[in-house]
Amino acid sequence: MRPDLTLLQGLIAGDRQADRIVPPSGFTAQLTLFAAGAMAFLAVFALALSFAAGRLAERWGDELARTSTIRIVAPAGQAAAQTEAALAVLSTTAGVKEARALTDEEQKALLAPWFGADLPLDALPVPRLIEVIEAEDGFDANGLRLRLSAEVPGAFLDDHTRWRAPLVDAASRLRLLGWLSLALIATAVAAMVTLAANAALAANAQVIAVLRLVGATDRYIAQAFIRRFTLRALLGSMVGMILGVFAILLLPSADDANGFLTGPGFQGASWIAPFFIPVLSAGVALLATAFASRRALEALR
Amino acid sequence: MIDLENVAYSYGGGELLSDISVKLAPGSFHFLTGPSGAGKTTFLKLCYGALLPTAGHVRLFGADVRTLDRDDVAQVRRKVGVVHQDVQFLDHLPVADNIALPLTVSGKAADAHSADLSELMQWVGLSDRAASLPPELSGGERQRAAVARAVIMSPDVVLADEPTGNIDWEMSQRILKLLVELNKMGKTVLIATHDLSLIRSAKAEVQARVLRISNRRIQLAGADL
Repeated sequence: MRPDLTLLQGLIAGDRQADRIVPPSGFTAQLTLFAAGAMAFLAVFALALSFAAGRLAERWGDELARTSTIRIVAPAGQAAAQTEAALAVLSTTAGVKEARALTDEEQKALLAPWFGADLPLDALPVPRLIEVIEAEDGFDANGLRLRLSAEVPGAFLDDHTRWRAPLVDAASRLRLLGWLSLALIATAVAAMVTLAANAALAANAQVIAVLRLVGATDRYIAQAFIRRFTLRALLGSMVGMILGVFAILLLPSADDANGFLTGPGFQGASWIAPFFIPVLSAGVALLATAFASRRALEALR
Repeated sequence: MIDLENVAYSYGGGELLSDISVKLAPGSFHFLTGPSGAGKTTFLKLCYGALLPTAGHVRLFGADVRTLDRDDVAQVRRKVGVVHQDVQFLDHLPVADNIALPLTVSGKAADAHSADLSELMQWVGLSDRAASLPPELSGGERQRAAVARAVIMSPDVVLADEPTGNIDWEMSQRILKLLVELNKMGKTVLIATHDLSLIRSAKAEVQARVLRISNRRIQLAGADL
């Protein structure tokens, strides 16, 4: 008895008569509904976490990898000259797409969060920053460092690798954990449905024996149980998923504008993902009940 | 129809039945008798594929029972009406639905047979109990409901295990008459019973053979009972 196409058809079409052959079970049905709902709720968060971690890893790995910074630390008189020199070096470096010295206003804006908006920049020995945007292939950071140290003694290249790598690692690990949680949740749903289906099959041993005696096929009997548990898992996880999505919507949104951090939510097309949870849950329940009922039926001739 | 050839059956320990060769020809009427524990029920179970013989061959409608898969067995059960000794029903469904259950599970619309159903229920005297639940029935009523359920599909073979065990003489005569009538319509009937007076009263109406199980073997008892 494999859950093939005809089984699926029967499942969708339903059979009022077949539904009646298994006695209604009030309390355990509620439990299955509840457990499926709770699992779907958790699955929404695991999914949100995975997507957010994925976005972080991508952002930190991709966008930041394309930019570097050069700091010019020089006495006030030489700063402008050294900046010019550094830009000249950069313009002849392979792999540099664009290099641009930040203006005073931009530097002020960068420092404002730390020192306040009315910072007298010219009164402080603030190093000049040059933003370097890499071309597709990137440049040879060590080679550039050597050239800079030879020609522009006050220039220091920071290619962000030092602090970026562990962050990308952490985000990737987080994403992995998210997917692992989803797999665990699916397994737990399968275990829960198997237990519930086994209990139902055991409680209905007499029903099954009578049905076999009067000539019911395994498929007919199994379908009555499969349909019941699949619909319960579908309904329960639908409710749980909707509640989970609302909970995500109610989360205070993190400021995504600077492209640095991201909240544990869905963006764009990933909003579709949670709607697959009930389908997946129903599928897991279908398989679990199919296996459980096959085992139970084969014990009986 | 049902053909047993040198069949033996043993439960764990010893052999319960051995070297049994019986042929239930179409349209025949058999009684199966013998002391309790002799293996009457086991014999019947061999006849509808609920048990597999430990030796020999059982052929149901021409097919060796060992070659039948589970769906084949289900198909065989639709052609064999069985009345169990301990009758079981779906206790949450009314009697009428229980009697129509073989139609339901074989995908036949019970509505199309509602005339047959009510006629049959009248025959077994359960018309006024149609809406009751099985646990509300008396022992005799359950037995009659079981007979009705066994014959609703108009099976080729009817196997009954002590069908008159719990019911009074008058009702057992009625059930016997029903089975005799089915036999006259060409159905094969096998009744396991230890009630010799039932066998005697049947012999007046139908040419019945009596199989007796003793010492693990089946003997054909003569007309002398």
